[in-house]
Amino acid sequence: MKYAFYPGCVAKGGAPELYDSTLLVTQALGIELEELTGASCTGAGVLSERNPELADTLNARTFAMAEKLGLPLMNVCSTCHGVMSQANARLKQDPEYLARVNKHLAPEGLEYKGTTEIKHLLWVLMEDVGPDKLRAMVKQPLGDLKAAPFYGCYIVRPSWVLGYDEKPQRKHYLEDLIEVLGAEPVEYKGATQCCGFPILTMNRTNSLTMTGNHVSEATAKGADCMVTPCPLCHLNLDGGQVEAAGVVREHLDLPVLHLPQMVGIAFGIDHEKLGLHKNFVDTKPLREKITGRLS
Amino acid sequence: MQANLRVRRWDPDGDRTVRYDEFTVDLHENAMVLDALLDIRENQDETLSVRCSCRSSICGSCAMKVNGASTLACNTKLKDVTPNGTTVTIEPMGNMPVLKDLVVDLEVFWNKIHAVKPWLQPEGPDPVREYIVADEHMMNLINTVQCILCGACVSDCTVMEVDPSFLGPAALAKGYRFAADPRDGHKQERLETYAQPGGMWDCTHCYQCVQVCPKGVAPMEWILQLRHEAEAAGLTNTNGVRHSQSLAESVKESGWLDEAKLAMDSYGALGDKMKLVPIGVRSLLKGKMPKTGPFHHKRPGADHVERIFEELEGKHS
Repeated sequence: MKYAFYPGCVAKGGAPELYDSTLLVTQALGIELEELTGASCTGAGVLSERNPELADTLNARTFAMAEKLGLPLMNVCSTCHGVMSQANARLKQDPEYLARVNKHLAPEGLEYKGTTEIKHLLWVLMEDVGPDKLRAMVKQPLGDLKAAPFYGCYIVRPSWVLGYDEKPQRKHYLEDLIEVLGAEPVEYKGATQCCGFPILTMNRTNSLTMTGNHVSEATAKGADCMVTPCPLCHLNLDGGQVEAAGVVREHLDLPVLHLPQMVGIAFGIDHEKLGLHKNFVDTKPLREKITGRLS
Repeated sequence: MQANLRVRRWDPDGDRTVRYDEFTVDLHENAMVLDALLDIRENQDETLSVRCSCRSSICGSCAMKVNGASTLACNTKLKDVTPNGTTVTIEPMGNMPVLKDLVVDLEVFWNKIHAVKPWLQPEGPDPVREYIVADEHMMNLINTVQCILCGACVSDCTVMEVDPSFLGPAALAKGYRFAADPRDGHKQERLETYAQPGGMWDCTHCYQCVQVCPKGVAPMEWILQLRHEAEAAGLTNTNGVRHSQSLAESVKESGWLDEAKLAMDSYGALGDKMKLVPIGVRSLLKGKMPKTGPFHHKRPGADHVERIFEELEGKHS
């Protein structure tokens, strides 16, 4: 199993623990990754707002790199995943548009034929690896741990661009994965809502209220942690939790794990290597709950 | 087919507590959710309040939440929302006060629509005959004129949930419909109004309104288009424009995001920039060193990214 790996900006920047834990988990599963080191930012939905053709061209360039390697593309960010899926749909459905875009790729010796498959790590785990193999890899069952899934908008909506019509089970992959790893998924309204991150600098109060409400609701439903496949959501839910607590005037103290961190814990991978000490909200009590119970 | 429904009930003249009543209906294979609700009202509980009229997804009266997502009850097949015999949950729309059972007070919705002045405001003398508009000028407006004002997008808007002052998807899409109409003479004034706090820059891009709109209006897409128009019209002194410009510059120059610079650039005032200090300090204390080292630098192939920018900048389809 091999993928062209698109880490995105945040895993290489502000959330290095996502990058490290992704490599460790895929390595444990025998998945080979060839990193697309020369790929650009997807534009995060902001660039396409300014100039859709420019954003699609940059993404076509990335897809062409994966296509050249003959590999499906794997990303680790709900936002990257959604932006890429939308760009890919536009490029695939309009050959004239694709030809126009390709003119800008030609000077670099690239051409996108429209065959690259885009997969988030979550989909790779649930569709390509499969629950049985994941279950067999669990060395540290998460027991009665309650984990609140937080998807990130772009891996959920619009559902028709993300293949939900053909694969409706994608709606509950995070819950399924939590169960496969031996934990209990928390059902709460916030799971598929917006974390607020995109408007953090435009309307800080609204942004942090969203984060505060979701963390508060998950906590009230008994969650021991949140888990997210989106590093941008992670920035608000984890990085902004202290400020969000001030805005919603509640005490909030809920660890927020990156998706591969949670998988890595269950696989028995060293917590330090998974970068769990780098999460903003202290993960130590959570880790003690998991390991302490077994020791 | 038999189907089970769980319907949220609330009666201002009753005991004023929310309850969920369960009903079973036996209807034909292609019955809609609205058919089931009307059947319940006719045959099981005449006190159930539902608002509806055309039953053809034109009037926009019967928007409500079906399994948590707003939609038109008359346009939603019962069998699609009760797969494998599961019970479907029916609730009134969100972000608006409930009057009774499934009927909400739409005043909030209409106030916002009115706030964007949803009528043409032409300048200059009246034309002798009708206004002639070229087809290409109306192409962008096709989606927005399809809005039937049902309120589904407002019901599920994640921003309105935390901030009722947000103009919201329906009103902003309606605003775009007039701002972009070549017959309108108040585009600049409209853009200035819509760019105020609580307007276009408060949308989170969450795609809820795109997902739930039963008529394919995709309100969010038009809010983003408004932002583009606002920047082009010189309304650049907002954190939204600064954020957008900084992101584009960062990708153009280096191929990827300079996260720290993007955050700093987005805030205009020094006092606002200072809000970033705590998260910056916490990142350092947590040892969150970027994988590429402490300083932002170009990605391999960034020269080609810059070339693509230069070839396509200024072009907006």
